[in-house]
Amino acid sequence: MEKSRPLWDNPLQFVFACISYAVGLGNVWRFPYLCQMYGGGGFLIPYLIMLIAEGMPLLYLELAVGQRMRQGSIGAWKIISPYLCGVGVASVVVSFFLSMYYNVINAWAFWYLFHSFQDPLPWATCPLNSNRTGYEEECEKTSSTQYFWYRQTLNISPSLETSGSVQWEQALCLTLAWLVVYLCILRGTASTGKVVYVTASLPYCVLIIYLIRGLTLHGAVNGLIYMFTPKLEQLLNPKTWISAATQIFFSLGLGFGSLIAFASYNEPSNNCQRHAIIVSLINSTTSIFASIVTFSIYGFKATFNYESCINKVILLLLNAFDLEEGSLTADNLNEMKDYLMATYPQEYAQLAPQIKNCSLEAELDTAVQGTGLAFIVYSEAIKNMEVPQLYSVLYFFMLLMLGIGSMLGNTAAILTPLTDSRAIASRFPKEVISGAVCFINCVIGLIFTLEAGNYWFDIFNDYAATLSLLLIVLVETIAVCYIYGIRRFEKDLYTMIGQKPNWYWKIMWAFVSPLLIISLFIFYLTDYILTGTLQYQAWDATQGQLVTKDYPGYALAVIGLLVAASTMCIPLGALVTFIRKRLKRERVSTVA
Amino acid sequence: MLRALLLTLSIVAIAHAELCKPDAQNAFKVRISIKTALGDNAYAWDANEEYLFKAMVAFAMRRYSSKSTTQISNVLLCNVTDRVSFWFVVTDSSKNVTTVPGSEVEAAIRMNRNRINNAFLLSDKTLQFLKITSTLSPPVEPSTPVWLIVFGVVLCLIVAGIVFLIVSGIQKHKKKNKDSTERENLEEKVEVTLENGIPCEALDLKPGHINGVFAADDERFTSL
Repeated sequence: MEKSRPLWDNPLQFVFACISYAVGLGNVWRFPYLCQMYGGGGFLIPYLIMLIAEGMPLLYLELAVGQRMRQGSIGAWKIISPYLCGVGVASVVVSFFLSMYYNVINAWAFWYLFHSFQDPLPWATCPLNSNRTGYEEECEKTSSTQYFWYRQTLNISPSLETSGSVQWEQALCLTLAWLVVYLCILRGTASTGKVVYVTASLPYCVLIIYLIRGLTLHGAVNGLIYMFTPKLEQLLNPKTWISAATQIFFSLGLGFGSLIAFASYNEPSNNCQRHAIIVSLINSTTSIFASIVTFSIYGFKATFNYESCINKVILLLLNAFDLEEGSLTADNLNEMKDYLMATYPQEYAQLAPQIKNCSLEAELDTAVQGTGLAFIVYSEAIKNMEVPQLYSVLYFFMLLMLGIGSMLGNTAAILTPLTDSRAIASRFPKEVISGAVCFINCVIGLIFTLEAGNYWFDIFNDYAATLSLLLIVLVETIAVCYIYGIRRFEKDLYTMIGQKPNWYWKIMWAFVSPLLIISLFIFYLTDYILTGTLQYQAWDATQGQLVTKDYPGYALAVIGLLVAASTMCIPLGALVTFIRKRLKRERVSTVA
Repeated sequence: MLRALLLTLSIVAIAHAELCKPDAQNAFKVRISIKTALGDNAYAWDANEEYLFKAMVAFAMRRYSSKSTTQISNVLLCNVTDRVSFWFVVTDSSKNVTTVPGSEVEAAIRMNRNRINNAFLLSDKTLQFLKITSTLSPPVEPSTPVWLIVFGVVLCLIVAGIVFLIVSGIQKHKKKNKDSTERENLEEKVEVTLENGIPCEALDLKPGHINGVFAADDERFTSL
């Protein structure tokens, strides 16, 4: 007797699951960076255009496919055309790579969360050196937050080649992160459905608290003005449009098979068109909302650093020229500098190299993205707030919710095809399959807890999913529009939700989105070919900053393998099906 | 008589000027930041404060060497600026016109740094002896790091949750097996409608499987 397919308890669980998956760390740490780099408020124009041209249509497509075929990615694409089973397999492979390295971020979030229960926060001050006469040398050269990240969290090695040993603290946090994920996916949709209520809504609560706190911080307005002044000339830069398209594409999590998996647990009559629009709009709104918060935090941090810089210069001048305290202030600093330069030219000249030119714009211009933004910039801002422990706990808990929400989608993308395939599902219960997947991922994830682990993390983050996803989604769109047939798809949608897709959807699916994806693909390939060798940022402990290095040969081989492993599945799948059909036909003909 | 007095005074003054001057041997520069430390409650640096300073240094020397020979008059201050910063030396009264070695003064100040700071309501950062590095106090570290405790708590909760879910899943599975064996025993007595050897219930529950051959033929039928 076959078991009926598990379903979401209500459509709200499905929407929350999609939101929880789509709204992830990228909304918090990638979008504000892009906004800053590509024209501030003006970036919203290409962003919204790409949302309409590519985000909504492709999201609707994936949800509709999943809901119609009621199978995970492998099964769904096999139904569309037996030659396309490779697309499903490629999605599973990419999801597997993603879940391997993504949970390490949750491990770091746990680490920071656990360290937030101290006074003072451990990244607020530098540790003392061995004879207690001053601070640690490495910490002096850089800041205490960077030291905490690079030395006490990652214990990073100077290059990729020196692997070092497994950091047991990070390994423990990674194991905990995988246990949490296992707890959430243990029972399939029954457990996931309840968890997504929390993982989808809690980040918004924290963001609202941070918005209120952020806007009331001293100097937050500087950051907001800086962000929202549109630099419209950036619209002429093609990179702006490409970044907008890329961000929409990856932010929605298309092509991993997670959306297909989630939609396959829907009632067949679920209105996925409405849900697609809702989810994509909420995703983009969250990005903009998160960037408002981030920029008010930036403004606060930049103002704080600017004022500290000015105070340092004042102290230096006061000490050197034995002037009365309070005679030099931020307002009269420039006049006093000129006066001192005129009165004591020799001493001033000696002092000149130490006197930094403090500039608020320079502080605001330091654009950071990725783990640097989330773990260094934010923790630096938090340590200067009042009651920093509270804000720290809230912030890292939010990061954790965002990360776990995305992990639920990733693991669903891997598990749904596995539980759909009768060969595996009949032999092992769901709990064992989920446990095995979590365990394998955890063991492989220990690579990222090595001293050189962060460099491997960057490799996976930059190369595991980018090109492969573009290809997968391109094949998906072409398959649905031209192989399955857009008319047939229209009829399926009419059967499911009771209305045919209008001309907007059809034009986007058939022409605009594939063209956009092809142009993105061409851009990435040409960019790689033009730059030639690939480089990475390594932490130099002696200088206390990042330096650029070339990847060694075996790292390049791993990158190549990552891209090939997923993209080759598509043609291989078609080839294997072709050969199988041939053999079957021959067998039938010989028998007949 | 008066002339002799004037002469000795001037000799002493000159001697003092020789002993206490910037970068003199065994002299230390002190820098005080009262306004930074106390803000609105800042006091002004005047001769009384200087007297207190001399007294504190003399006290430190006495405590360190435990011979009560250092007098307040042995501590010489000079070059007081607006900053407030000045130089000081400690003279040795037993040997005339020499200064106590810098290492002794440094050790004495180090030993009594806390008392000196508190006398002026300042701290190591706001009352700086420029050549004397202060030993920074190490942060208070509990025996078990705090993060491990929180980690342990969360880990126990998660493992408990997993065990609970697995055990309840196994129990539900056992109950379902028992129920289905009971139902099978019942079914053997009741006739089950069969269709091609498959019980009807199973057919109802199977999700629709799209047969490619027939699906393609959709186009041939006229739409209603």
